[in-house]
Amino acid sequence: MNLLERVVAIGRRRSPWVCRLNAGSCNGCDIEITPLLSPRYDAEQVGVQLHGTPKHADIVLISGTLTLRSRRAILDLYAQVPAPKAVVALGSCPASGNVFADSPLVLGESLDTVVPVDVWVPGCPPRPQAILDGILRAARLLEEGATRSQQGESVS
Amino acid sequence: MSEVWRYLVAFAVWPGLLGAVPLGWLMLWFMRKLTARLQGRRGPPFLQPFYDVAKLLGKATVVPAGVRRGLFLALPVVSLAAVTAALAILPLPGNPVPALPGDVVLLLYLLEVPVLCEVLAGYVSRSVYGQVSAMREALLSLAYNLPFLVSIIAMAQYVGSFEMQALQAAPYGPVHAVAAAAFLMALPARLKLNPFSIANAEHEIVADAHIEYGGPPLALFKLAHALEIVLLVGLFAVVFVPVTPWPALTAVVYAAAGVALLAGITALAAVTARLRLAQAFRFYWVWGGCASALTVAAVLVL
Ligand code: SF4
Repeated sequence: MNLLERVVAIGRRRSPWVCRLNAGSCNGCDIEITPLLSPRYDAEQVGVQLHGTPKHADIVLISGTLTLRSRRAILDLYAQVPAPKAVVALGSCPASGNVFADSPLVLGESLDTVVPVDVWVPGCPPRPQAILDGILRAARLLEEGATRSQQGESVS
Repeated sequence: MSEVWRYLVAFAVWPGLLGAVPLGWLMLWFMRKLTARLQGRRGPPFLQPFYDVAKLLGKATVVPAGVRRGLFLALPVVSLAAVTAALAILPLPGNPVPALPGDVVLLLYLLEVPVLCEVLAGYVSRSVYGQVSAMREALLSLAYNLPFLVSIIAMAQYVGSFEMQALQAAPYGPVHAVAAAAFLMALPARLKLNPFSIANAEHEIVADAHIEYGGPPLALFKLAHALEIVLLVGLFAVVFVPVTPWPALTAVVYAAAGVALLAGITALAAVTARLRLAQAFRFYWVWGGCASALTVAAVLVL
């Protein structure tokens, strides 16, 4: 790794910009993201910024059960994030469907079958510290070039 | 040193890219840190603006479907080049470029180029949000440019010359104070800060006109914005802050004025909420118009 690549890699760890996607969440997980920006947790001190558009993002936070309609939105949004990128799945819903599993309206599969997930943050909802920790773990993976999309993996 | 070399040095080293980019990052960091402290947060680390740009430069470029690739990618380059060229003709201490007749006019023109690029960027991106932002930016520039242009042109009329160095060397008087007030009125809108952050209202229209930009082109826009802060603070210092016969002392005075100015507009941004476009427009045409009339009157009378 030459010096320039090293600087870019450090930048990836120190400046993770996040965009979030509610794929059918009860809003519990999304509510827990807001305190990250508040004085109590202040994610900006580790370089985290919340952006509204996937074009500016490095990390996509996906919360909620996958519904029949959200699958296409997830793929669409994921494709718009410029590489390198990481995916953080928030809460129990993306993994298992949680309390909504077996409903006729939800996809009975984990988020992993739609996009390559790098970090799972468990909880219903996860605490803000856990979400921040998940973002930072994803940022470290981006620095090391170890996210699944950087390794050339893609699903579907 | 021949003329060409002087211009090259001014463009690439000081007060151009090599010197102004770190200075712009320092100013951005200062503004973000101060905002955070005023909100009771810790704020970003010192090198944060640098990390942001380094990371963006290492990302892939995504050009939206159906957008002219050449135009899309040229806009951030033009914007950055125009701001750097404007910095190169600003007579900051240590600038190797000699006085250029009419450089005030050139500077005012170059100052408009980034705004124009922003508007075009919003329109070519084919995003509705980008287009709303571009429309807001264009309308707002019609408003804030009234006190902004009047303050600089009135100073030129007062001095009787369209040369930056003549403006800088003008004997200090009450006209400076009146014109500076008009300039300061326009400054928050030029830098897209609250209460005039109408074109980059992230909660209403997702992002600013760069909504479809990502990776290296976005990094160039961020750099252009950082340099714009340096440029406007530098312009304020050159035109409205008294100059001393010693360049080193002048640099210290300018730096102090710059810190005070940035602290002031950041504090204003932290304590105010965003105005609507019509309110901002009215503010600039009524109160900005009054300030402009006062400035012109002061120049004609004094
Ligand atoms: S994990 Fe819990 S809080 Fe989060 S979206 Fe699912 S049900 Fe709601």
